[in-house]
Amino acid sequence: MTGAATQRAGGAMVEFDNVGLRYGPDGEILSDISFNLQPGSFYFLTGASGAGKTSLLRMLYLAQRPSRGIVRLFGEDLGSMPRHRLPGFRRRIGVVFQDFRLIPHLSARDNIALPLRIAGVSEEDLAGPVGEMLSWIGLDARAEARPATLSGGEQQRVAIARAVIARPQLLVADEPTGNVDPEMAMRLLGLFEALNRLGTTVVVATHDVHLISRIDNAQMMRLEKGRLSDPTGALRYPPNRS
Amino acid sequence: MIIPRVPVQHRRLLPEPRLSGPTPWVIAILMMLTLLAAGAGVGLARAAEAIGEAIAGRVTVQIVTPGPAARAEQAAELERSAAREPYVRAARQVGQDELLATLGQWLGSAGGDDPVLRSLPLPALVDIDLAAGDRARQLAQLKALVDEIAPGARVIPHAEWLGPVARLIRSLAWIAGGLVLMMILASGAVVVMTARAALGTHYATIEMLHLIGATDRQIARLFQRRIAIDTAYGIALGTAVAAALLLLVGWQWSRVTAGLAATASLGTGGWALLLALPLLAIALAALTARQTLLAALKKIL
Repeated sequence: MTGAATQRAGGAMVEFDNVGLRYGPDGEILSDISFNLQPGSFYFLTGASGAGKTSLLRMLYLAQRPSRGIVRLFGEDLGSMPRHRLPGFRRRIGVVFQDFRLIPHLSARDNIALPLRIAGVSEEDLAGPVGEMLSWIGLDARAEARPATLSGGEQQRVAIARAVIARPQLLVADEPTGNVDPEMAMRLLGLFEALNRLGTTVVVATHDVHLISRIDNAQMMRLEKGRLSDPTGALRYPPNRS
Repeated sequence: MIIPRVPVQHRRLLPEPRLSGPTPWVIAILMMLTLLAAGAGVGLARAAEAIGEAIAGRVTVQIVTPGPAARAEQAAELERSAAREPYVRAARQVGQDELLATLGQWLGSAGGDDPVLRSLPLPALVDIDLAAGDRARQLAQLKALVDEIAPGARVIPHAEWLGPVARLIRSLAWIAGGLVLMMILASGAVVVMTARAALGTHYATIEMLHLIGATDRQIARLFQRRIAIDTAYGIALGTAVAAALLLLVGWQWSRVTAGLAATASLGTGGWALLLALPLLAIALAALTARQTLLAALKKIL
């Protein structure tokens, strides 16, 4: 990283420095990606389909290592991080997928409780937070329902609850409103905003420009053909909020 | 731990009911065949050992001197003289009645009192058991003694005619051991394939568990437990069937009292080995599953 970049990155939660990503022998999906994410900030990642948003997010939530460059998460270089340390870092990141990825044979309650169980929280201690989370997303009455019996919006809320129940420092959401109606999209965005106010850094990948205009102080990063056109996040989408 | 402890809530991450796939049944068949082969191997090995011990120092001297009285006198003299030699552990003249009874079994007169049988010119036999030591030297000394007392008598070491049989039985025991080894390897391969198939089937769940911070050990424990329990069911079933078959064969075998068949038995050590094999198999299956799972999980970031 350059000296200026280092100075700029002071206290950053996530630092990407000249990162490239390729799958197989073909050309790079992502090239020369450099940006910093500050703690407690809200970011939108936009770009056309195929621009590389999901690939970038996969590196953010540690599902993919970069082919080149440096990815530093919570102050540590991901490239030199031994594999056995990854779970500890992943527990500090919440992920919301476009296709929800709920475990189909588990109830909504068990899906939400999963990160706490994996972290070794006792059943006694997790009952309270899971109940609160179910209330927060308005699904107390459907706590024992399997994902297949929930609507798309309900599944997305369960997925969000699962992503945030362990109070992650970084929340990454990949097209979280892609499968829900506009009203539900606004409600989900409200959930993200509430989490952000509580101090969670939020990164939402979306191509819905109306959504972007709804969040105060949100910064936008735009991917075009695998390159970040607004690496500093300084270009904020015009705040013409209704 | 062979079957790791996993919280009930975590077990629900793998939804399939037990005994749903072919693994327990394949393992049951392999375990049954393994135990039968092991049982056969132990029985044959013990038979070979028994025969080996019986024939190792046993020599029969066949005296064919004309005249029954002269034969009997030479046999008695050989029995007395041989018994005094330091290289001889025991010498015993085979009685005429015993000889007739043995021949009667083959010639159709069980009591040995057949007049035709009694009219046969039977040789006099002296069984000599040699003490431990240089067998060739002992045989040479015995032959010299025999030549001195009963010229023309034949000295027949039992090892000469029973040795090939003992070697054959020993070879069969080794083959049985080889079969046991191959079936253990086949069982291991089944466990490896089961573990890999399970990872493939539940890949989405595994990826999700990884992304929310589950360690490889946590995920491996889930699958290891499931595979260990499934294989334990198979092993228990295979062991039960094999035990029933071995007891049935053992019961039938116990009624065979003649010849070489009487030397075959499992013995305490053999039964202990057969009882230990299923436990070892469960431990091996769990270990194989664990290593396979951890190796496969390492390939996923």
